[in-house]
This record gives sequence, structure tokens and C-alpha cells, in this order.
Amino acid sequence: MNYTFDFAPVFAAWPSLVDGVVGTLKMSSLSMIFGLSLGIVFMMMRMSKQRALKAIAVSYIEMIRNTPILVQVFFVFFGMPAIGIRLSGEQAAILAMTLNCAAYAAEIVRGGVQSIRPGQIEAGRALGMHTVDIYRFIVFRPAIRAVYPALCSQFILMMLNSSLMSSVSAEELTYFAQTLDAQTFRSFEIYLTLGVIYLALSQFLSIALGMIGRVYFSYPAK
Amino acid sequence: MNGTSISEKAISMSGVNKWYGHLQVLKGINLEVGRGEHIVLCGPSGSGKSTLIRCINHLEEIQQGSIAVNGTTLSQKGSNADHIRRDVGMVFQQFNLFPHLTVLQNCMLAQRRVRKTSVAEAKDKAMRHLERVHIAEQAQKYPAQLSGGQQQRVAIARALCMDPQIMLFDEPTSALDPEMVKEVLDTMISLADDGITMICVTHEMGFARAVAHRVIFMDRGEIIESAKPDVFFSNPSHERTKTFLSQILNH
Repeated sequence: MNYTFDFAPVFAAWPSLVDGVVGTLKMSSLSMIFGLSLGIVFMMMRMSKQRALKAIAVSYIEMIRNTPILVQVFFVFFGMPAIGIRLSGEQAAILAMTLNCAAYAAEIVRGGVQSIRPGQIEAGRALGMHTVDIYRFIVFRPAIRAVYPALCSQFILMMLNSSLMSSVSAEELTYFAQTLDAQTFRSFEIYLTLGVIYLALSQFLSIALGMIGRVYFSYPAK
Repeated sequence: MNGTSISEKAISMSGVNKWYGHLQVLKGINLEVGRGEHIVLCGPSGSGKSTLIRCINHLEEIQQGSIAVNGTTLSQKGSNADHIRRDVGMVFQQFNLFPHLTVLQNCMLAQRRVRKTSVAEAKDKAMRHLERVHIAEQAQKYPAQLSGGQQQRVAIARALCMDPQIMLFDEPTSALDPEMVKEVLDTMISLADDGITMICVTHEMGFARAVAHRVIFMDRGEIIESAKPDVFFSNPSHERTKTFLSQILNH
């Protein structure tokens, strides 16, 4: 083996790596926010007494959780133009990741809601509150708190999965790395560096989500 | 306080039957509660006493019979339950305070969302009721930081913030350590003195003697006996009542 390691071309390309990090974080965080919101809607449909709503939610969740995310984003990016919906790589990536995240978030949050004692809901009802208000003001925060660690791992997993979005030319970290590889052929150095960056990103995300959790869920437990 | 005028009916239940599957938990309940009347409901566990009061604010559905609160008949499906709940406050065995909200926020939430009161007004009323239950100094704490007795007093204040005309107490002292029972009972006695209509499921017979106009004994889903406290305790007419009283009083 007479390969000479040379990281210089990788480091020289730092501006595009920074762009990649920004792209990755932007797409992931938007998908997290949209995905969690949409997930809560699906969760409520899933727990609804109305059979039709429940059936739609269950089918959706099963469909998403049992197909690869790569296929989902291909469908959004390459498939949907057939019905007149043309999205940029980035838009397709955010949409696909949102749809994907929603299905997982729905199931995680459902676990949280089911962990809430019925007495909490009864107290809200006895005070004359409407169902929507009860969920919004009484159930939501303790429910999310109960499943927050699981939700965070799902978010981190999604951030890592965003590397697949390079396949539809979404301008995230892996996309820039591939471009750089094509220009310099320093595959070993590039993908090693890429791995280190993803590792740092997931650590960063884990700490950031932990801090958000500590602020939002700062009330003392029973 | 037995001189409080008991004229119009606050609650009237007639022919109420309720089943859980094949098990009938309420059997032909007929009960009239006058305005300002204080009723203590007792009986062995599983006798249906909690279920009965939970039907009044429609936390439980009934299958037969009718329940009217302040003259408004509760529809079977509970479509007017919210209307009835405006007049009816409830205190639970397990307190059921909202753990993520401070004591003050616990007392403000429903005022804001249901009554649409302003923040200042809601806060003002919450503080008044917290003072009334002697816990105003804990307003900024969270439920988990309070003792059981304190939590139950907050729960009482939270219910009072909605200006209920009727208060339902579902074994309010059963989950408390013995030394905390008194502070909660004292709060309830002071409420009774103010003439609010009260139905209280409890085995605190001292409380029954002090405030009840009537003590009602239930067993296996039926009202067995209903009498003034002095008669109820000294001269119960039913065998089952006697057995029950001997079980809870003799030790």
C-alpha cells in the first residue's frame, strides 16, 4: 500500500463543508418541527374514536414505517412531477423527511399520551374544559416529557438519514462531500472527515435537544 | 348550619341505572339534593358511591334514568355536560393537579380557557381562593413540591375558582397521610359553613357529624339508608348499615 494520505484538499474545501452542515441542520430541524406537528395530528387521528380517521392514520403510519426513506424521497422528487408537483431537491428532502418523521413521531407521542393518568383528563373535564384544550394545555407537555428521550433519538436518526437526501441533490453535507470526492478523488479522507462531522453533529444535536428539554420540562416530577 | 334553607333542588336523580358490561353498578338511584344541602355518601368499597357522584358531572355515562343539575337535565350522551360542569366543582381522591403547572397556574387555567377571564382577573381570583385554603404562599411552587394535604387544598381552590354552586368530593382524604386529613377536612368544613351545596364521598364520620344534613349509605349499587347524622349513627334502621358502621367505627 503506497497511498499517501492528504487531508489538505478536504480542509481547503471547508466553505462547502460549512454549507453542507448548514444545509443538513436546516433540513433536519425543519423536518423535525413539521414532522412533530404533523405527527401529533396523526396521533390524534390514530387515537380517535372515528373509524375512518383511525384507519387513515394507521395506514399512513404503517406505510411510512415499512418502506425505505430513500424510496419515499424518490417518490416525492421523481414521482410527484407526474401529477404536476415539481419540487427542488431541498424541498423534496424536507417534505419526505417530514412525512417520514410524522409517522414515527405519531407512534412515540401516542405512547406519551397513553402514559397520562386518566385523572388528569377527568380533572380538565370536571373544570368544563373542551377536549382540544385538555390535550393542548394538560396532556401535551407531560406526554412529550414522558417520551422525550425516544423522540430525541428519532430526531438524531433523522438527521443522520438526511445524508440519503444527497440522492435527490438536496444540498446537504453528503452532497457536498460527493461533489468534493468527484473533484479530488480523496475518498478516504473525505468520507472519514464526513463521518467525524456527522458524529459531531449528532453529539451537538443531542446536547441541544437535552438543553431544550431541561428548559421546557423543568417542572419537578412526582 | 342546619338552619340553611333547603328549598329548590340542586341535583335530582331519578331511576338511575348504570352497568359496566353485565355488572350493574347503580340500581334505581333516586336522590334529591336541595340547594345548600350537605350530603355525606358512605358505603363499602365497590358500592357505587364514587360512580354516583361521577355521573352528576358526566364523568360517567348512565344507561337509564335522568339526572338534573339546577333544573337542567343532563342529556344521555352528555352533549350539555360542559354546561352542567360550569356549576359543579369536583375534588378527586388523587388530587389530579396538573404537574407541569404551578399552583397558581393550576388555578388559572380553566378560568382563562373556559371563562375567558383576563390574566389579571384570573390571577386575582386564584390568589383569593388560595388564601382561603391557606396556601397562598406556595402559589409559585409545583404540585410535586407540596405535601398531599397541601395538594388537596390547592385542588379545592382550583375547583372554587370556577364559582361552582355544587361541590363533589370523591374520597378527598383517602389518599392522605393521617396527619394531613385534618387540614383538608377543616377547609371543607369552612366551605360548608358558606352554604355551598356539597356531596362528599368519605368515611370521615366526624366530618359527617359536623357538617352533613344527611348521611346516605350505599351498598351494591343501591341507596340503602338516608338519614340525619344523629339518627344515622345512633339508630340506623338497616342491618347492612349497622354492620358497616360497626366495621368502620369499632377500632
